[in-house]
Amino acid sequence: MKRSKIMELGVGLFMLAGILGMIFLGLRVSGLTLTSPGNTFTLEANFSNIGGLKPRAQVTMAGVTVGRISSIELDTDWYDARVVMELDGKLEDRLSRDTTAAILTSGLLGEQYVGLSVGGDPETLADGDTIRDTQSALVLEELIQQFVSNMVSD
Amino acid sequence: MSDSPFVVIDDLHFSRGDKDIFRGVSLTIPRGKITAIMGPSGTGKTTLLKLIGGQLTPDAGRVWIDEHEVHALSRKALFRLRRRMGMLFQSGALFSDLSVFENVAFPLRVHTDLPQSMVRDLVLMKLEAVGLRGARSLMPSELSGGMTRRVALARALALDPELILYDEPFVGQDPISKGVLVQLIKRVNEALGLTAVVVSHDIKETLSIADYVYVIADGQVMAHGSPASLDVDQDPRVSQFVHGEPDGPVPFHYPALDFRHDMLGVAGGGR
Amino acid sequence: MMRQISALGRRGCDLLEAMGRAGLFLAQSSVGVPSREGLYLWLRQVHFIGVLSLAIVLVSGLFIGMVLALQGYTILVDFGAEQALGQMVALSLLRELSPVVAALLFAGRAGSALTAEIGLMKATEQLTSMEMIGVDPLRRVVAPRLWAGFVALPLLTVGFSVVGIYGGYLVGVEWLGVFDGSFWGNMQSSVDFVGDVGNGMLKSLVFAVVVTWIAVFQGYDLIPTSEGISRATTRTVVYSSLAVLGLDFVLTAVMFGGLS
Repeated sequence: MKRSKIMELGVGLFMLAGILGMIFLGLRVSGLTLTSPGNTFTLEANFSNIGGLKPRAQVTMAGVTVGRISSIELDTDWYDARVVMELDGKLEDRLSRDTTAAILTSGLLGEQYVGLSVGGDPETLADGDTIRDTQSALVLEELIQQFVSNMVSD
Repeated sequence: MSDSPFVVIDDLHFSRGDKDIFRGVSLTIPRGKITAIMGPSGTGKTTLLKLIGGQLTPDAGRVWIDEHEVHALSRKALFRLRRRMGMLFQSGALFSDLSVFENVAFPLRVHTDLPQSMVRDLVLMKLEAVGLRGARSLMPSELSGGMTRRVALARALALDPELILYDEPFVGQDPISKGVLVQLIKRVNEALGLTAVVVSHDIKETLSIADYVYVIADGQVMAHGSPASLDVDQDPRVSQFVHGEPDGPVPFHYPALDFRHDMLGVAGGGR
Repeated sequence: MMRQISALGRRGCDLLEAMGRAGLFLAQSSVGVPSREGLYLWLRQVHFIGVLSLAIVLVSGLFIGMVLALQGYTILVDFGAEQALGQMVALSLLRELSPVVAALLFAGRAGSALTAEIGLMKATEQLTSMEMIGVDPLRRVVAPRLWAGFVALPLLTVGFSVVGIYGGYLVGVEWLGVFDGSFWGNMQSSVDFVGDVGNGMLKSLVFAVVVTWIAVFQGYDLIPTSEGISRATTRTVVYSSLAVLGLDFVLTAVMFGGLS
């Protein structure tokens, strides 16, 4: 009878470990957050070209991750891309109104992400506001085209 | 009703691959008696038990147990019928992951809702009957061959079956365990009044307990009768078997080419 | 010529017949309402094939994660993309390596044991005697083992992934000095819970069914001699390995190859 108790305990621990492992895979590896929406706030930004930016990409500030992209859609008023970001709630009402958002690439082949840099405006961005000053993704073909046309005009 | 035979086998045919094992075997097994089915090795005696138990299906012919036609039953009804039968396997076939006690308790636990204490009493009773009450906590791997078979007998009797099939109960046993088993089978039969079928080729032991004997050879019933009548049977094949003569109508040699021919290796007859 | 064709036909019929038997076997033994006792038998099998396989699976996972990080680093560093190490380790583990390697280890560790155990029960007439007692061995012996396998392998796969990612972290961050934040950050932004973790688990579940099914059926269907048992054990490992690898290609094509 003693042996079967140990066995039951073993199986119980085994299953518990499996569930904990699933939670680890969910939270730590795929970055699902259990934090309630109250701890984040959203900002929007319109880009004329987002390149290879994908939902759930990182939003950083001075290299530190401060949030992630929740959705990307086409803005049919302007025919550009509207990117909705979810940012750390601590930053609410602290980012200046003239904060810029740029789509950057980590490394030569890395993932694309959004980098924020703060301006000097005393007024701040609140939940649901839109960042006006944006810089689109660098598209390699456009760069080359510019370079070639500059060469020709010289 | 109670005088009608318990098991009736009618014109049974069975073959495995190209080999015919039974070519029209008919026999009746009377209620409450010990019936022996004997024959040289390899005549399919174990196969016959499996046909009776419904584990194999014959090519032709029918088997009735207590008026139920075994091979016409549904799987469920067949399992229900099997609860009324016990079978003692050649190897004992104890469940190697259960102790002696649990092995004997197994049929009780799966087929009855008896309380724990009652199961315990019943199991100890059965173990006492085979003289192994002291061995209840051993595992099957710790038992000798004779003890294994006695535990298996206790397990086969656990549900108080009406029919019990013994598959070679004496084979490979020392004289003492043989004697014990002979006595047990006899006693069990007398005490419980159940119908028993003993398949064996141990002539002396089997004849000493059987009420009626069938001798099977070449896929057919060669002779049947009471042990006393078989002993004086005039048929040379029967008397060869019953008296254990090494050579006779049943040849010592497996069919082969002429020996001299084979040794000289002419005609390239293979290895 | 005719003989060869008819031999081929006979082989085909045999194969179909065996598959039919195996399918019927799976259906008969896996469907049914478990009793209290069945639950206990199942628990025992989860212990036997799951808990006792844990050590080999976790150790293999750790090493595979570490090797992945090491190999990945030397390649990625050429492109200056070593921050993508976390994503590479996590994705290759979750999508491919965990389900496949865990299934292969499971086939070798637990599958062969299942085949041998059931085969030995058959050879010693335990299954026959159970039938004669009026208990269906499919329900009593086979079903708990099947269901234990269905549950145990996906759990082992989760363990493999977790330990493998941790091994990748040890090598990548602690040893090779990839920045901690970008290791996890890149991983989190590229791993999708449903698409990667979920599909990996789905793969693992499919492998669990196939491997356990093959192992148990080979044990139940073998010729009850010592040679028959050894052959069936070998067949279990060979068939389940091939089935896992072949199915993996099909599943990958459907899940990640844009065929859906």
